[in-house]
Amino acid sequence: MFIYWANDEYSITIFGHTFVRFFPDWYYNLLHIPSRLAEGMAFHFLFMWFFTLNGIFYILYTIISGEWRELVPQKKSFKEAWLVVLHDLHIRKMAPPQNKYNAAQRIAYTAIIVMGIGSVITGLAIYKPVQFYYLTWICGGYHFARIIHFALTLGYVFFFVIHVVQVILAGWDNFRSVVSGFEVVNEEPKTVVENE
Amino acid sequence: MKNQKLLWKMSNRAPKKTRKELSVDQKISRRNFISFTVFGALGLSAYGGWRWLYNSPMEPAGGITGDTRVPLRRALNKTELAFRKVFSNNHLVKTYPKEMAAKNVRHNTDIGSKSKLDAAAWRLQVRKISGEIMAISIDEIKSLPKFDIVYDFKCVEGWDQIQHWGGVRFVDFIKHFGLEAETKLDYVGLETPDKQYYVGLDMPSAMHPQTLLAYEMNEQPIPVRHGAPLRLIIPVKYGIKNLKRIGSISFSNKRPHDYWAEQGYDYYSGL
Repeated sequence: MFIYWANDEYSITIFGHTFVRFFPDWYYNLLHIPSRLAEGMAFHFLFMWFFTLNGIFYILYTIISGEWRELVPQKKSFKEAWLVVLHDLHIRKMAPPQNKYNAAQRIAYTAIIVMGIGSVITGLAIYKPVQFYYLTWICGGYHFARIIHFALTLGYVFFFVIHVVQVILAGWDNFRSVVSGFEVVNEEPKTVVENE
Repeated sequence: MKNQKLLWKMSNRAPKKTRKELSVDQKISRRNFISFTVFGALGLSAYGGWRWLYNSPMEPAGGITGDTRVPLRRALNKTELAFRKVFSNNHLVKTYPKEMAAKNVRHNTDIGSKSKLDAAAWRLQVRKISGEIMAISIDEIKSLPKFDIVYDFKCVEGWDQIQHWGGVRFVDFIKHFGLEAETKLDYVGLETPDKQYYVGLDMPSAMHPQTLLAYEMNEQPIPVRHGAPLRLIIPVKYGIKNLKRIGSISFSNKRPHDYWAEQGYDYYSGL
């Protein structure tokens, strides 16, 4: 998903024209995307299918495999997530409880799904505001739906950046386990294994 | 503990008896190798797919649509077909009280209406299937029932504005001038008198009950820069389809040429 996503830089041009004052000129020059609105829209309307289908398949997978149990936040997650943040920022020494995913990850990975659903709904609301007038209404009108859609896009950028930084910090073996699906732990007596 | 778990999982797969049992390290490296090969292959194919798409050929010049990559155009057209299924004349654009309409109506371009308007000489030319060309005066159009709409005008650039337009509904215009046979065709084409700006519309969108041939803006005659004497207001399309200063209307089963579709935009641009 992120591979497509990282390449789909042109989709931003649509908003570039909306938020002309939002994105300064250097931003466009950096990405080499001045005034390519039509191109951006064409890419956007192709890749929206990939993102949406990808999201649907992922949600179906987590439901069918039962993986959702590892992902959905529990009651204690919100409190624990705060400990994770403190630990990651090296403010607190003691490692918070870690299962497959820790509390912060549970919240983040569930939030991204909610955000994804939000993007699809607000996207449809601004793409076909006459045909899906009820979606536009739910989103607080055409203009507000645009703002939500854009804010969510910024949210993905932050998610992406934090995600990559975390993976780099977690180290090679963690990344290896993400790809292969298992982790090698050399167990020696009395060694505390800290993940992340 | 995880080592044991792994071992247990692998032993469940019933390795072939003839082969020597692999050591744990061998199993780990084998699984790593398979995983990373698959990961790398997926990564490379995603990158390759992107390069293919990015470097794919542009549409040939001189077509009805142009200036975008061939696969992207195909995607735009397929997407239109998918979303057309939800199009309905019962889906109306949201309307607002007229107090909410903008007094300072946004103006974007003058393509097609740059020359001086000779209002007295202006006639709307309608090309019928028979080849006959009707010339309709603005007074004839104004004598038809007037329909007012206050709605949110939406531009592909991302801006939108609540505007107030008045004119004759396209459906009423068709009925009055007996053009029902023409509406059996798939498309309507509109052009400015100087033919510099032109749009093509699918018939269902043109026949939508809120599509207007407008001659009033904020209850006054439309100013020249906003498309006097008669312009198209089609709320189920983006602003690029709302042609100013209509010169001629024609009907066809083939897609009429379209100014922005030739420049890489979606031909349909429906809302």
